[in-house]
Amino acid sequence: MEITAIYYLLPALFMFCCGVYGFITRKNMIAMLISLELMLNAVDINFVVFNRFLFPEQLEGMFFTLFAIAIAAAETALAIAIIINIFRAVRNIDVRSLNEMKF
Amino acid sequence: MDYTQFLAMKQEIGLLTVFLLVFLYDTFMPRGAQKSLPVISVVLMLALTALGFCSCSLGSAHNTVAFAGMYETSPVISAIKNILNVGVVIVLLQSISWANSEKMAVRRGEFYELLLVTLFGMYLMISSRHFLMFVIGLESASLPLAAMVALEKNSYESHEAAVKYILTAVFSSAIFMMGLSFVYGLTGSLYFENIYFALTGELNSMLVIALAFTIAGVGFKLSLVPFHLWTADVYQGAPTSVTSYLSVISKGAAAFAFMVILAQVFGTLYSQVWEWMLYALIILTITIGNLFAIRQRNMKRFLAFSSISQAGYIMLGVIAYNAMGVAAMMYYILVYIFSNLAAFGVIGAIENATGKVSMDDYRGLYRSNPRLSVAMMLAMFSLAGIPPFAGFFSKFFIFTSAINQGSVAIYVLVLIALINTIVSLYYYLLVVKAMFIAPEESVIPTFKSTCSERLGLWITVGGILVLGIVSFFYNSLLNLATDSTMSMYFIG
Repeated sequence: MEITAIYYLLPALFMFCCGVYGFITRKNMIAMLISLELMLNAVDINFVVFNRFLFPEQLEGMFFTLFAIAIAAAETALAIAIIINIFRAVRNIDVRSLNEMKF
Repeated sequence: MDYTQFLAMKQEIGLLTVFLLVFLYDTFMPRGAQKSLPVISVVLMLALTALGFCSCSLGSAHNTVAFAGMYETSPVISAIKNILNVGVVIVLLQSISWANSEKMAVRRGEFYELLLVTLFGMYLMISSRHFLMFVIGLESASLPLAAMVALEKNSYESHEAAVKYILTAVFSSAIFMMGLSFVYGLTGSLYFENIYFALTGELNSMLVIALAFTIAGVGFKLSLVPFHLWTADVYQGAPTSVTSYLSVISKGAAAFAFMVILAQVFGTLYSQVWEWMLYALIILTITIGNLFAIRQRNMKRFLAFSSISQAGYIMLGVIAYNAMGVAAMMYYILVYIFSNLAAFGVIGAIENATGKVSMDDYRGLYRSNPRLSVAMMLAMFSLAGIPPFAGFFSKFFIFTSAINQGSVAIYVLVLIALINTIVSLYYYLLVVKAMFIAPEESVIPTFKSTCSERLGLWITVGGILVLGIVSFFYNSLLNLATDSTMSMYFIG
């Protein structure tokens, strides 16, 4: 059996959809952050697979992935820092406690 | 490697120099000298703006490409960067008294450093001609903003706003990058130009999804309506100086970058796909922004919804898809910077003096603080588009540019936008009514705003009065746009 691009693209798509689903349904902010990580990693897989299977003569997709990983790490670090501040203020990290401002 | 191409980036290098000077001053100067950091950063930004205008008038008229085509600069791009610089100078001027307050004593430098870094990211967004560069610009423009929103350490609302901002920002940028991966899979390149020429084939569903994801990602930064839910909360919770920066500079840069992407990358799909996507987005944005603004009592929240509907008007310049649209959009951003910063200047001055931000607190303000009331009134008139003020002319030109596109559907769109202008008049005048007409029970006592706040307000009010009547500003933007539209849209 030959492994073609579709064997990589479908799991990536599945990961992305799981991320979206998790981001919408989870109530814990860290779990939401993990869902976001899933989405970003699905994007990385997509780029690498497109590069490897469709356009192997250039490395644009690989380089994009490298930068995207760095950006994702920065995002996570910043989000965690802000979540820690929230935890200090209200002693939990449930999104339902973020209800000071609405409508 | 050709080092002369760094000369094309002179505005970025200038901004980087300003950032380094501010950073070094903040790090190495003794505690006693820190108080003058805000003034120093205003002076440095002012110098950068002046240099930008000088090099803009002296510089070459054609486009310069650097770094293998990843970076491009042209007179139009320098002009929009100069407009943003002017806005940043005013924001910094208005933030001096907030930055020098007691609660900001240890974090004063961070505000300026983060602000300059986000401005650098916006420069990259505007100038990039490659999606890797664009994503880096987008992220370095939006991530430090989350830290700026969370700057008021003792205010819970500030943190709540920051966490709402960062989670939705990462979500939207993940969707944006997913769209990019589809574009890459279809065309094999991330250069705007290569994608443009590769997309001439027939339409397929993957391409439409990619386009929709891209619009969603950038539409989030612009707070167009299905992606606007973060706006009101973040504007309310953030410190007022950060809110004013977020609402004018960040929005202006994103609007221009949005236009560049739609025209230069997806230009071939204009009449097939994205004209209609934008059509729906504009109607939703203007209408929902206006309807929600009516019921707001908190001034910052009120201006958040007002800025959502203003973003819809700015998008009219994109859907026009002609040289006049580019000029009208830049002019709209310029006028919007002055009008909105005048409103935020008044809000900031009142908040610094009394801590009040509700519209009900503004009742009878005219009796105790007549000058602030008049400044606020002019800002509201300009935002609503009442004739002698600049806001009328910016709305006029942007409607004209959309009409010039010529199709019947656009006529209907402009009609809907015009009706919405009347709706917006109602809620802008609510503020004026509260200040001038409403009965007073407990009026905000008379206070004297600080020198920097007054200077900022004089500049913005002067801008509101002058920008519309003096035709020089719009004419020069129109000349710039007509000269370089060839490269903007690849037509010809």
